[in-house]
Amino acid sequence: MNIEQQDFYTQAILSMSALVGLASFLMLGQGRLLRLIFVFAIQGLLLTLSTAVAAYSLHNPHLYISAGLTLVLKVLFIPWMLRRQVLAMAMHRDVEALQNKTLVMLGGAGLTVFSYYVLHPVVQTASTVMVNALAVSLSVVLLGMLLMISHRQAVAHVVGFMSIENGLFFAAIVATNGMPMVVELGVAFDVLVAAILFGIFFLHIRTSIDSLDVDRLNRLNEVDQ
Amino acid sequence: MIALYLLLLTPLVGIGYFAVTGHLDDTGKLNSAFNLVGFLVSVALAVKVLNIGTLYSSGQAFLVDSFNVYLIVLTAFVGLTTSIFSGPYMAHEKELGKLSERRLKLYYSMYQGFMLAMYLVLTTNNMGMMWVAMEGATLATVLLVSLYRTPESIEAAWKYFILCGVGIAQALFGTILLYYAAVQIGDSENALLWSVLYEHADQLNQDILNIAFVFMLIGYGTKIGLVPLHNWLPDAHSEGPTPMSAVLSGLLLNDALYAVVRNKMLVDGATQGNMAGQLMMGFGLLSFLVAALFLHRQKDIKRLFSYSSIEHMGVMTFAFGMGGPLATFAALLHMTVHSLTKSAIFVTVGHAAQLAGTQNVDKIRGLIRTQPSIGWGLLIGTVAIAGFPPFGVFTSEFLVLLATMHLYPWLAPLLLLGIGIAFAGLFKHIQPMVYGEIPEGQSPIHANLWPVIIHLALVLWLGLAIPGFLANWFSQATLLISGSAPL
Repeated sequence: MNIEQQDFYTQAILSMSALVGLASFLMLGQGRLLRLIFVFAIQGLLLTLSTAVAAYSLHNPHLYISAGLTLVLKVLFIPWMLRRQVLAMAMHRDVEALQNKTLVMLGGAGLTVFSYYVLHPVVQTASTVMVNALAVSLSVVLLGMLLMISHRQAVAHVVGFMSIENGLFFAAIVATNGMPMVVELGVAFDVLVAAILFGIFFLHIRTSIDSLDVDRLNRLNEVDQ
Repeated sequence: MIALYLLLLTPLVGIGYFAVTGHLDDTGKLNSAFNLVGFLVSVALAVKVLNIGTLYSSGQAFLVDSFNVYLIVLTAFVGLTTSIFSGPYMAHEKELGKLSERRLKLYYSMYQGFMLAMYLVLTTNNMGMMWVAMEGATLATVLLVSLYRTPESIEAAWKYFILCGVGIAQALFGTILLYYAAVQIGDSENALLWSVLYEHADQLNQDILNIAFVFMLIGYGTKIGLVPLHNWLPDAHSEGPTPMSAVLSGLLLNDALYAVVRNKMLVDGATQGNMAGQLMMGFGLLSFLVAALFLHRQKDIKRLFSYSSIEHMGVMTFAFGMGGPLATFAALLHMTVHSLTKSAIFVTVGHAAQLAGTQNVDKIRGLIRTQPSIGWGLLIGTVAIAGFPPFGVFTSEFLVLLATMHLYPWLAPLLLLGIGIAFAGLFKHIQPMVYGEIPEGQSPIHANLWPVIIHLALVLWLGLAIPGFLANWFSQATLLISGSAPL
C-alpha cells in the first residue's frame, strides 16, 4: 500500500519515525559535543511533535501532558544542563576522534535490520505501520547503546542514555498510544531525577579524575595488576 | 489495607524527615525506629494475608498475595537489622573522618528512599509502576555507592548507574510490549495490572510475550546480577558503605528476581512452551558457574562476597526457571536464607574491615584472636553460605539439587561442581583471615553483632526445622507460582 493512501495520522507517524531514526544515526557519527546535544534536542522535539499529533488524531487529551513533559525535559532541561556542563569544562572546541567511524555506522545499520528481524513476529497482530514504528524505536534504543560504546565522553554517554529513553517513549506512543498516565508520570520523574544525578556526577568525576573521559575510569577490574 | 498504606508511608515520611532535620546524634536510632515501624506493619500485613488471602487496594493499584507478602516481611526485617548495624557503623566512619554530616544526611534519607522503592516494587500491581520503582531503587542508591567520594567509588557508582540504567531500559521496552499485547484484548486502563493480565494470560499473544520476556529478563536480570550483565555488582558492593552492600545483596537482588518471576508467571500462562523457564535456567546456571570460578581470584573481601551473591542469585534463577513445585519451593526458601545469611555476612565483614583498617583479603588476619565475636561470626556465616548442614542454605540447595535430578539429571553434576568450586574459593580466603597471626597494632573495636546472631540463628532454625506457618506460607506461594503444591 502506498503511503499517500494512508490517513493523516499514519503518514505523520511514519515520517516521524523515519526522522527519529535519522536523528539517532546523526548522533552516532557526531564527534562534537555541542552538536551532539543539539541533535538530541531535535530528537526530543520530534518526539514532542509525534505525541502531539497522536493526541490530536486520537482525541486523547492525556497525551498532551506527555508531550508537554517531553518538551520541558528532553528539549529544554536536559540539553540545557548538558550544554552548560560542556561549556563549563571548555570542551566545546574539542572534536572527539571516533575510532572506526565507518564500522560504527555499518553496525548501526545492522542493528536497525536486526530490530526489524526481532519484531517480525509482531506483524501478525499489527498494521505494517505499527511494525515499522516499533522497529525504529527498538533500533533507537540499540543505537543509543552503540553511541555509548563508541564515544568516550561522559556527556556523550548521558546523551546515549537519554536517547534510549527517547526510543522507549516513542515505542509507547506508537504502539499503545501512551502508557497509563500514572506510569508515564513515574517514568518522567525517574528521567528527571536521573538527569539531576548525572549533573551531580559530572561534578564528582571532574573533581576526581579532572576530565570527563570515561576511559580513565578504569581502576576497578578483574585483571591482575 | 491501612497496613499497606502505612508500610509505604513510613519510609516516605522518613525521606522527608531526614532530609529536613539533617544529621543529628540520634539519627541512626531514628532510622532504626522507622524501619521497626515498617517491620511491625509488614508483620501485621502478613498475618492478615495469611488469614484472609490475597488483598487488593481500591482500584487494584496494589496487590498483596502469598508470594510477595513474605518478601515484604523479609525486606522489612533485613532493612531493620541492617539499620541497627548501620547506626554505630556510620558513626564510626564519621569519627574516622571519612564522612561529613551532609553525606550522612544524604545516607539516611536515601536509606529510607531505597526502602520505599523496595516496598513499592513488591506491592504494586501495575507492571509499569514496578519498573518505575525498580529504577527508583537504582537512583536512590547510586549516590550512596559514591558516598566516600574516592575515585574508585565514583567509578563504581558511574558504572552502576549506566549499566543498570541501560539494562533496565530493556525491561521498560519489554513492559511496553506486554502492554501492547494486553491492549489488544481488553480495556487499556487496567491493561498493565498484573492481576488482570494473569487472569487473561491465555488470551495474550504468545509471540509478543516471548519477545517481551527476553527484554524483561535482560532488563531485570541486570539488577539480579546475572552473568554477563553482572559487572556493576562487585564494584558497587565493594566501594559503597557496608550497610548498603548488605541491603543491595539481601534485598535489591531478590526484588529484581521477584519482578522476573512475576513476568514469567504471565508468560507461562500465555505460552505452551517453556521458553521463559529455559532462558532463566541457562542464565542462572551460567551465573552460578562463572561466579563460583571468580570467587577464587578476589582480593577485596566485599568483592569476594558479592561474587558469592551472584552465585546464589544464579541458583535461584535456575530453580525458578526449572519450575515445578519442588524447585519453586526451594527457590523461595533459598531467597530467604540467602538474604538473611548474606546480610549477616556483610555486617560482619564491615566490622572486620573496620578492625583491620582495610578490605584487602591478604591483609586481614587473626580475626578470632583479636575479637572472637567478629571472627566466629565471619566463619559461621561463611560455613552457612557455602551450604553446610545444618544451616538453611544447605536445605534449599539440596532441594534444588533434588529437583534437578528429577527434571534434568544431566545438569546435576554441573551444580555439584559449582558448589564445590565455590566452597573451595570461599574457604581459601576466609581461613587465613579468621585464624592466622594478629598483625601489629590490631585491637578490638566496638561492634554490635546482634543482627548477625539473630540472622544466623534464623538460618540455623530454617535448616533444622521450617516452622509450620512458614512452610504453609511457602507452600501457598509455590501453589501460586507453579500451579501445584510442593508436598
